[in-house]
Amino acid sequence: MSILGNRVQRREDLRFLTSGGVYGDDLSIEGALWVTFVRSTMAHARIVEIDVDEARRRPGVVGVFTGADIDLPAMPAVAEAMSRPVLAKGTVRFVGEAVAVVLTEERYQGEDAAESVFVEYEPLATVVDAVSALTGDVYLFPELGTNVALPMNEPQADDFFDGCEVVVRQRLINQRVAPCPLEVRSGAAAWEGGRIVQHASNQAPHGAKAAIAGLYGLDAADVRVIAPDVGGGFGAKIALYAEDMVLPWLAKAVERPVRWTESRSESMLGLGHGRAQVQDVAIGGSRDGKVLAYRLEVVQDAGAYPSLGAFLPALTRMMTSGTYDIPKVEFSAASVVTNTTPVVAYRGAGRPEATAAVERAMDLFAAELGMDPAAVRKLNVVANDKFPFTTPTGTVYDIGDYGGAIDLVLEASGYDGLRAEQAKRREAGDTRQIGIGVSSYVEITNGAGPPGEFAKVEILAGGKARVYTGTSPHGQGHETAWTMLASEQLGIPMEEIEFVANDTDLVAEGGGTMGSRSLQSGGLAVHEASITLVGKATQLAAELLEANPDDVVLDKVGGRFHVAGTPSAGRSWSELAEAAAGKDQELVVSHSSSPPGPTFPFGAHVAVVEVDTETGQVILVRLVAVDDAGTIVNPLLAEGQRHGGLAQGVAQALMEEVRYDTDGNPVTSNLADYAMISATELPSFELVSMATPTPVNVLGAKGIGESGTIGSTPAVQSAVVDAVAHLGIRHIDMPATPERVWRAIATASDSKKEHS
Amino acid sequence: MIPAAFDYQRPASVDEAIRLLTDSGDEAKILAGGHSLLPLMKLRLAAPSLLIDIGRLRDLSYITDAGDHIAIGALTRHHEVETSSVLRAQVPLLAHATSQVGDPQVRHRGTIGGSLAHGDPASDLPAVCLALGATFTAAGPGGSRQIPADDFFQGFLETALEPNEVLVEISVPKVPDAGWSFQKFNRRAQDWAIVGVAAVHNGSTGVALVNMASTPVRASSVESAIAGGASAGEAAAHASDGLDPPADLNASTEYRRHLAEVLVRRALQEAGVA
Repeated sequence: MSILGNRVQRREDLRFLTSGGVYGDDLSIEGALWVTFVRSTMAHARIVEIDVDEARRRPGVVGVFTGADIDLPAMPAVAEAMSRPVLAKGTVRFVGEAVAVVLTEERYQGEDAAESVFVEYEPLATVVDAVSALTGDVYLFPELGTNVALPMNEPQADDFFDGCEVVVRQRLINQRVAPCPLEVRSGAAAWEGGRIVQHASNQAPHGAKAAIAGLYGLDAADVRVIAPDVGGGFGAKIALYAEDMVLPWLAKAVERPVRWTESRSESMLGLGHGRAQVQDVAIGGSRDGKVLAYRLEVVQDAGAYPSLGAFLPALTRMMTSGTYDIPKVEFSAASVVTNTTPVVAYRGAGRPEATAAVERAMDLFAAELGMDPAAVRKLNVVANDKFPFTTPTGTVYDIGDYGGAIDLVLEASGYDGLRAEQAKRREAGDTRQIGIGVSSYVEITNGAGPPGEFAKVEILAGGKARVYTGTSPHGQGHETAWTMLASEQLGIPMEEIEFVANDTDLVAEGGGTMGSRSLQSGGLAVHEASITLVGKATQLAAELLEANPDDVVLDKVGGRFHVAGTPSAGRSWSELAEAAAGKDQELVVSHSSSPPGPTFPFGAHVAVVEVDTETGQVILVRLVAVDDAGTIVNPLLAEGQRHGGLAQGVAQALMEEVRYDTDGNPVTSNLADYAMISATELPSFELVSMATPTPVNVLGAKGIGESGTIGSTPAVQSAVVDAVAHLGIRHIDMPATPERVWRAIATASDSKKEHS
Repeated sequence: MIPAAFDYQRPASVDEAIRLLTDSGDEAKILAGGHSLLPLMKLRLAAPSLLIDIGRLRDLSYITDAGDHIAIGALTRHHEVETSSVLRAQVPLLAHATSQVGDPQVRHRGTIGGSLAHGDPASDLPAVCLALGATFTAAGPGGSRQIPADDFFQGFLETALEPNEVLVEISVPKVPDAGWSFQKFNRRAQDWAIVGVAAVHNGSTGVALVNMASTPVRASSVESAIAGGASAGEAAAHASDGLDPPADLNASTEYRRHLAEVLVRRALQEAGVA
């Protein structure tokens, strides 16, 4: 009987749920000084002078440094002329940018001393919103004469909508949100001779190692990066930050280890933000509901220094047409810099934005035709016999059953009954109207960077095993899933399989954990390495049993190799380990998986909201989610991913938005002002299973980390609009705050009065 | 997120606390449950040089039936108010509104006296005390005095307490048979109200508003409209008369006025005003 597919409990949880987790701030680092950053209070300014004299005299201060002291190259950037120094030099470009650093014996002394660093600024004009950055004349890097970091202009056909009976256009705001991992950023650096040992709260330690080696001109062998337990990342901890990168320099300058943990207030300014697109959609088709042409134009806000966020439109572009078979599709984009916190990857990274756009466009198209939004979707999805399907933007979808997912979610949600209830409330003029939102989505997982991942599986003395992985678990449950995969092949119980990750000295290579790639790359590598290891062990067992290797089998229940048909004379893993040691052999396999390409999980969601038409308040009543991630290794883990993703997706639709005033001052920099969602604002999710295995890997597995986020946001947004659609409302931007919904209702009823 | 340096004293009695306050002038702050003051200190928006921790003065934690009113010790935690069977029977508005304060962690640490003495216009309990016509007892060097809730809230985070006075008791009239309502409008359960309304209807009608002015405030125009025979809907139209509600991330002034009208109407109807 296979262990795969079972709800195996997370073996890491006892540690995480008790006091066993060791996060960055929990590390014991002997002799370390505390690092406190002095952060810019101006969104855009020239630094006239930084006076550190008083700070140097404060108790416990060992060193105070500014950008002028630091002789490191700038951090690599999309556009070199827009690269960021590890501490600001000459100019600050967003509130929160580090301008100086204080090193103290005790942590609290750092906060006192940082307050006494006096920075004189000469304010410069600011540009806060992306559209103004594209069209205006305030430049962050004036010598360039543009704020565009990455153009993605593609020609637009004049006759694009020719032949369409209906064309609908709308500007959509896919607002800036904050990833808010429960663990803020934290790190440490210590030199051991010529070697740097760096701890970082990070999702890709091997990438971090390469970045440190690159910036400091070190051999890779002289850099060790360890990600201790990491309390969430959501994409925002893929790359190291300026604050991480300066730590080795500081440790060298004071000849002591240094450590840093930011506060939540700092994290809201310094950890990258997500989304931040302005989208113009135009959708055209025939009156009977067939979509013929769809155009998406994106202005991506990359923040002050373009990094991962500048690339998000490339991912959006890949998924422009979503689950639909649309004959003509156009996409263009520009990533621009603004005087705001840099934008990075955030759960879905570019794909939720694509889905939000096309799903909103579908609803607008359906509303214009007076058709049911689910019916319009069904009419336009890619047919099952068209896979592998190449989209007009060149993306090749592996396999799907998009219509089936819609049918399933409509049935599970009782869609017809919901519509009947809605009609009743509309008829009664109820203060509490219900809205029903439908989304259909497909996304790309394991789509960025090399698709393969490293694993090593070895047999230890005594017959236990150890699994090494290049993925970088930070909450996903890889320890459970990877040991399940190894156990399945080796016939060694999970409890006897050790797990190693997140240390570049212990794991030879790694791509890290991002983009819902881990199972289909890293899990696959463990699976394949385990099979190879069994083959190697079979050879050894055959030698010991004096049998033909082809006749030797592994009894996975007992973990014994024997000749088929004669189980009594076998060899256990323990005996093989001992025999291998005697022969100076090792029972170990290092392996990199090489899946041929990405996979495309898909699904459909139905959201039901209640809108109080007097106050504009929205209550999410139900969320029904069909998510197809192919073959599921552990439903418990997959459901956990779906739950978290759904919550964050709902949060974008209803609650969360990073906001700045017109001068670029952040006004949502704590969790009282930034409406991070909590369990009390969410219903119990209704998860519906659907599994269409991918042909791309032998596990049949697609990514599940981001599906919830991608499907839920448009479903919930559409539900809000749907609740008030009978009042003549076609669109409400996210987040659908009470005041925003109330204003939409008030405006609609005003215009109705004017027309009556 | 680390407060500026401060001294700390833990007096053994209210008298000792008053003495410490008197000796240290206005540089000292009383620390009770710490759920209003400590966040401000961590953000360095408040930097008292001395914290006088009265949190362990257990004799200030009680809920006592005192004839026509209930006496509540200032250090009674929200959780105890929320779950008190005496208050649930005699002043259900207060028990219910307290159950809406913050989240369970806040309610297990925060105290009724601390919340009232902080005088935050966005807090729930000041408006409830205004609507109920509560009376506060303050102890100072010269003994104690009674302050009606109507005279207590004087400005933004400013109360009638003298710098060397300690709020020791809250007295609320028993209203077991009164109609009542507490309307708290917010986005997340743990948030402060964007607008809140406390109403009690018992022959006469008390209505007070959360987060509609720089202080917790009584909706006097609504009360007099009802006294003059107005319906709930008519009276609610006066919800923000004479007020200049704040604008913030969650609501413009215009939206706050609108919310106040809707919520006052709902509160009055729930409290039994026709």
